[in-house]
Amino acid sequence: METRARISEKLTAAFAPVRLVVQDDSHLHAGHAGSRPGGETHFSVDIVSEAFRGKSRIERHRMVNIALAEELAGGVHALAIQAAAPEDGGPARE
Amino acid sequence: MSIDQFIEGEVKSNDVVLFMKGTPQFPMCGFSGQVVQILDHLGVSYKGLNVLDSEDLRNGIKTYSKWPTIPQLYVKGEFVGGCDIIREMFQAGELQSLLKDKGVAAKAAAT
Repeated sequence: METRARISEKLTAAFAPVRLVVQDDSHLHAGHAGSRPGGETHFSVDIVSEAFRGKSRIERHRMVNIALAEELAGGVHALAIQAAAPEDGGPARE
Repeated sequence: MSIDQFIEGEVKSNDVVLFMKGTPQFPMCGFSGQVVQILDHLGVSYKGLNVLDSEDLRNGIKTYSKWPTIPQLYVKGEFVGGCDIIREMFQAGELQSLLKDKGVAAKAAAT
């Protein structure tokens, strides 16, 4: 299974998110340290779930990092995370 | 001295420490560079430690913080977060408040 799909699957299983967008940003980092041919190194996750209610930013990120520990220990070199609870109105957009 | 002791010494003896890829002058990664820009914008003095100089440090800080990615920002010995958290806190004005509460001097006004 491609890494992006595996990340989506694991986050869905762990957090039953009401919103989940997983992007493979590897092409943006081509040639940069940590990138490699074939990509699948740099990802961003935008996730909204009840599971994050009342959690601090660090706690939310730790929850995501733990759910994806295998990926982070393997080929995933960078993971940008926006994690929010539904009442936050979703993560801030830039 | 173990790597844990080295890290503990650094975060306890410096008010603000950034574990990063590259140096504050020459960040080697966009995520590290973003945190450098924010700290520089706020006029905060900090010590940058380049994890690319030492595989021991690169792995050691991940274990020490139980945080799998770089950069990592410490203020007064306390882990504050990585790039996304620092950026969100800065945009919400929370980073400025935290620095002020911890008694860390910042040149720029907390806007």
